[in-house]
Amino acid sequence: MFHWLEKHPFLFSVGVFLTIAFAGLVEIVPNFAQAARPTIGTKPYTLLQLAGRDVYIKNSCNSCHSQLIRPFKAETDRYGHYSLSGEYAYDRPFLWGSERTGPDLHRIGNYRTTQWHENHMMDPAKIVQGSIMPAYPWLFKNKADINTAYAEQLTDAEFFAVPYNKPVPLKDGKTTIIPMAKSIATAHAMALKEAQAVVKDMHNQNVKDAVAKGDIPEIVALIAYLNSLK
Amino acid sequence: MENRPLEYDYTVAKMFMLTTIVLGIVGMSIGVFIAFELAYPGLNTIFGKTIAEYTAFGRLRPLHTDSVAFGFTVSGIFATWFYVGQRVLKVSMAESKFLMFIGKLQFWLYVAGVAAAVVSLFMGYTSSKEYAEFEWPIDIAIVVVWVLWGVSIFGLIGIRREKSLYISIWYYIATFLGVAMLYLFNNMEVPTMLATSPIGETGIGSWMHSVSMYAGTNDALVQWWYGHNAVAFVFTVPIIAMIYYFLPKESGQAIYSYKLSLLSFWGLMFVYLWAGGHHLLYSTVPDWVQTMGSIFSIVLILPSWGSAINMLLTMKGEWQQVAASPLIKFMVLASTFYMFSTLEGPIQAIKSVNAIAHFTNWIPGHVHDGTLGWVGFMIIASLFHMAPRVFKRELYSKGLMAAQFWIQTLGIVLYFTSMWISGITQGMMWRAHDEFGNLAYSFMDTVNVLHPYYALRGLGGIFYLTGFLMFAYNIYKTMSARPVEESELQNASPMGA
Repeated sequence: MFHWLEKHPFLFSVGVFLTIAFAGLVEIVPNFAQAARPTIGTKPYTLLQLAGRDVYIKNSCNSCHSQLIRPFKAETDRYGHYSLSGEYAYDRPFLWGSERTGPDLHRIGNYRTTQWHENHMMDPAKIVQGSIMPAYPWLFKNKADINTAYAEQLTDAEFFAVPYNKPVPLKDGKTTIIPMAKSIATAHAMALKEAQAVVKDMHNQNVKDAVAKGDIPEIVALIAYLNSLK
Repeated sequence: MENRPLEYDYTVAKMFMLTTIVLGIVGMSIGVFIAFELAYPGLNTIFGKTIAEYTAFGRLRPLHTDSVAFGFTVSGIFATWFYVGQRVLKVSMAESKFLMFIGKLQFWLYVAGVAAAVVSLFMGYTSSKEYAEFEWPIDIAIVVVWVLWGVSIFGLIGIRREKSLYISIWYYIATFLGVAMLYLFNNMEVPTMLATSPIGETGIGSWMHSVSMYAGTNDALVQWWYGHNAVAFVFTVPIIAMIYYFLPKESGQAIYSYKLSLLSFWGLMFVYLWAGGHHLLYSTVPDWVQTMGSIFSIVLILPSWGSAINMLLTMKGEWQQVAASPLIKFMVLASTFYMFSTLEGPIQAIKSVNAIAHFTNWIPGHVHDGTLGWVGFMIIASLFHMAPRVFKRELYSKGLMAAQFWIQTLGIVLYFTSMWISGITQGMMWRAHDEFGNLAYSFMDTVNVLHPYYALRGLGGIFYLTGFLMFAYNIYKTMSARPVEESELQNASPMGA
């Protein structure tokens, strides 16, 4: 049979393809719908958080930091409750990472503050002695890309039924609504309002001035995102 | 037909040999640089604080992995295909103007794609998925290049004289199909420029941005189904294609066992794809997927070792060649490293071992004994074997080749030993509790202890890179400085002292 197959390239290729495609189908398809369901209390990202997430991705923070707490005592002691599948329901893409050159960040919002992040991003080794994380001064200068984050929200809502402007159930039985803007202009106003809330706790004058002027530096968006990780 | 050997046309093979070497140097240099960034933080400001953003670890890491995987390795795959394909199918590229055109088109599109990828990654356009970082326009370019390669493969097969497909061709076909399937499904994404706001605004924001079709746990599952099997179909399958051709050719020995090659091929095809789940042990993907990933990783030892043993036994009775020829040394050590990392991988995929190994430096340690020892050595050996034949010249220096072999081997040993020690140290320290049940070490304790290993790893990288530069020089001198060979070369590659 194999000798015969080796003289018939087309059928050989079909055979190879079926053999390799099989495993993916069996592994990925059965639990697909179930794994896409959010846990109660998981909310879609706000506009500024999403812009911050894009900053996180742009700088590949995920190449050194994981966002996945495994169900071991050592990990729950260090980082908090182990991660649940539904908590990632609005993560496109997922950011679990594969290395922990730095600590896990899945629940960083529970134990670090805006001010800590601000100081730490400017000079990590000054806040955590011996840290090998590089300093990120450019985050204080570059402007966050609100337009793209807005387009991302629209895409999420349009193609993937992410519930923006719709009630999202919370753990206490109530609901909340994560708003999405109607136009680019209102989106900017919305992001700026979020940014003002973050900047209240910051001390860098340039960043404060920028936000007062209506600009949003990347650091503000990034901190909004990190604070949302709980 | 006249009774003389066919002449083959190596134009496209030569083009891809060039990119193999150039992108190898680029990718490995970036690798060495970011290795030292972990040992000596602040190194990213060495080229000036204003461009520190572009030289930070996070920005460069995808550039390193992608330029060695999709630059060096994929170029090597293409270069060897355009050499091996013609020879085992007994047909010359020169016989078909169409295939020659497609081959050249593939090369130039590939070069354009590489340039776009480098620029976009430097600027921070990334999908964040490992080994699939490219944004959607580049993904489309990659698909086109890949389809062109498919046209080359099946076009050449279509006009072949040798009816039976040699083992290497099986593996090249599998590479083509496997990568096509994986890449397409993992990169399913919606460009955000397609969105329309409620008041009708379109084309909002950056056009180099997209949203993944899958979310969270599903995205992770698809990504590691891809990520693990990119290892299969870029770092394993085509490299086996190379060794099945180049080892018998260089040594003048027949393949040890046809049956073993059959078993290993079909076994590898069936088993490899299941094993992706071992990247997600103790994560939020369903338990049964994790268990399947773990079990099939162990089963994977069989087809992997089947190929490796088939290669080593091909040298049966001819082991003196290993001592005599540095080129045979490269290939034999490559199959040994293949055995070694296909044993190490399954060990790491055992759940209890993975609990310690995951997220630590042991993982890049494992990746690199496979890529440096197996992939790198086999591509280097293939190009060494091809050079005297495509340039019709004796290899420039045997001594230089032997020196390169030992320097690079030392580099690999430094790399994986330092990463093993540091990985297991990390894993053990993270989980240690004191007698009261509190964590014994802060996270910083586990970072501080790693410094010497990071430095040693960087040193290993320097050795490997140095060897690679010697390789580039040796090939360059072969092209330019050696006397021209008169006759068609048979087995062992002729080399200068």
